[in-house]
Amino acid sequence: MNDLGALEPALRAKRDAGRKLLVPYVTGGLGPDWVDVVRAVADAGADAIEIGIPFSDPVMDGPVIQLASERALAAGTTPASILGSLRVCDAGVPLAVMTYYNICFHMGHERFAASLRDSGVAAAILPDLPLEEVGDWAAVADAVGIETVMLAAPTAPDERLPRICARARGFVYAVGLLGVTGERGELAATATEIAGRLKAVTDKPVLVGVGVSNAEQAVEACAVADGVVIGSALVRRLLDGVGPSGAFEFVAGIRRALDEA
Amino acid sequence: MSLADPTPAGRFGEFGGLFVPETLVPACQELEGAFRDAWSDDTFRAELDQLLRDYAGRPSPVTECRRLSEELGCRLLLKREDLNHTGSHKINNVLGQALLARRMGKTRLVAETGAGQHGVATATAAALLGLECVVYMGEVDMRRQELNVFRMRLLGAEVRSATSGSRTLKDAINEAMRDWVATVETTHYCLGSVMGPHPYPWLVRELQTVIGREARRQCAERLGGDGLPDVVTACVGGGSNAIGIFSGFARTRVELVGVEPAGGAAIGRGVPGVVHGMKSYLMQDEWGQVLEAHSVSAGLDYPGVGPEHSHLAAAGLARYEQVTDAEVIEAFQVLSRTEGIIPALEPAHAIAWVLRAAPQLQGATVLVNLSGRGDKDVAQMMDLLG
Ligand SMILES: Cc1ncc(COP(=O)(O)O)c(C=O)c1O
Repeated sequence: MNDLGALEPALRAKRDAGRKLLVPYVTGGLGPDWVDVVRAVADAGADAIEIGIPFSDPVMDGPVIQLASERALAAGTTPASILGSLRVCDAGVPLAVMTYYNICFHMGHERFAASLRDSGVAAAILPDLPLEEVGDWAAVADAVGIETVMLAAPTAPDERLPRICARARGFVYAVGLLGVTGERGELAATATEIAGRLKAVTDKPVLVGVGVSNAEQAVEACAVADGVVIGSALVRRLLDGVGPSGAFEFVAGIRRALDEA
Repeated sequence: MSLADPTPAGRFGEFGGLFVPETLVPACQELEGAFRDAWSDDTFRAELDQLLRDYAGRPSPVTECRRLSEELGCRLLLKREDLNHTGSHKINNVLGQALLARRMGKTRLVAETGAGQHGVATATAAALLGLECVVYMGEVDMRRQELNVFRMRLLGAEVRSATSGSRTLKDAINEAMRDWVATVETTHYCLGSVMGPHPYPWLVRELQTVIGREARRQCAERLGGDGLPDVVTACVGGGSNAIGIFSGFARTRVELVGVEPAGGAAIGRGVPGVVHGMKSYLMQDEWGQVLEAHSVSAGLDYPGVGPEHSHLAAAGLARYEQVTDAEVIEAFQVLSRTEGIIPALEPAHAIAWVLRAAPQLQGATVLVNLSGRGDKDVAQMMDLLG
């Protein structure tokens, strides 16, 4: 079992040491070797890893993560099978699960929080649980030490951002664009905009996710943000069958670019 | 005499809420404010009323079913939403939302559709007000409701197919929400039922209460005694036509009966869950994955239900029954043959329940919301009946 302590202290320490943070996203249950993929991206220099627990109706996700979710579900993946694998995964970096709220609600807040903790997962990201609805879950999560990452979107008025940051644990997830997950040809102007607005109101780590597609865009986002989340660009490669070694190569390339920038 | 408003947090009892991606929260809040403002603005109300009258053809009549009543041993009345322009109750909601979208400065509408009635109504309102319109529809539904796909295109809308999951209404809603996340600055999501995140369940209900208000008055004029029917019944997909007619008879002695398809019975077979922005009864597996519904009626082929219905059911304020596809297909034919009214497959569910419950309804007066006409279903019925 992982015993790494919390996500936020780990990210803060690295950021304060001058490192740009890299958090890849891997769909849990995607392919028989998905746990090897998790270890590979950890070895490639990830600072934390987001593990997707697939949901039947992922409204924040574009075609790539939808397809990955569908494949994982069709292979019989369940929240329990993913958490069971993470428990013995020993990735060496903090893990956060990303899923939709019904998975948590259906299991029950207490049971979900406890099963994350028992699997060595540090944090949860629930993209359909905004500030208005997060209270009940967050109270339970706080009590057992599960960090609830909050998302902040470009559409948020200024007064909303400090409230989001105050509620966020682990890091603040800056949604880089108006839209769902998926690769884009260029980094949206909103990515550095929202990161800048957040950096002005919080000293928690601010990571840009959604639409960060390659090393160049990661470097561009990190001119303002503390780090990036890389989802669809990695998952598309996994769907194409690059396997753990291909995932390592892709993430290591981004790591190198961030370190050299 | 009316249904209670949701709490400021958008709750009906424990149900409802605002379970949407952060990107959409400000838009939902803006919509709530804009609707509250418009709904208390006489000019807005007058413009909507005029459209409902001169464009949609309201008020819709109540028809007495003489032959079927005699056969069944109860007095059967139909609220004729099938006679509205575009063929269903969906136009009531859409005219209001389209006016609201224009008032908010939005230039584009997106909508989901199951049977295509809400899509046709949205395309119609967009044409009327000069708004751009994109309708998402499941691939399966595009096939079984081909005529409505063509109608939407004739009306100038773009119809996009939802090709993931069950490829029906649930997936069309997913696609419409994904569109809205990306286009929220210019686009209004014209949701078709009393579901989704706050304020939609309330907003759509308010726009459909016109059915209940008219029906209450029409019953008072026609029926003796206290002027009330004994039972008011309607089919329930998301639940907008049902809530519309229920609203006119809330807190009276009238028994309210919602009818779900057996293959898409969120209340009958689901447990509380969260999807599409709301907490409500939901058909799901042991892990909370949403199950696919299976119904002959594309408009009711949905594993969830609007949150106010979940509340009415949990609080015992309305009763929810299930009918099978076979009963619906029979009812579709019975009403056609005995009354010369071809119903849509959706309200045929309510008729089917009346046919089955007739022995318990002897001597009772039953008002059915005939939410739409069956033209769109004729081709599908031709296949089904060989
Ligand atoms: C005629 C008709 N009735 C009912 C429905 C179901 O919607 P609701 O439950 O919101 O009334 C539909 C949906 O397509 C419909 O076309």
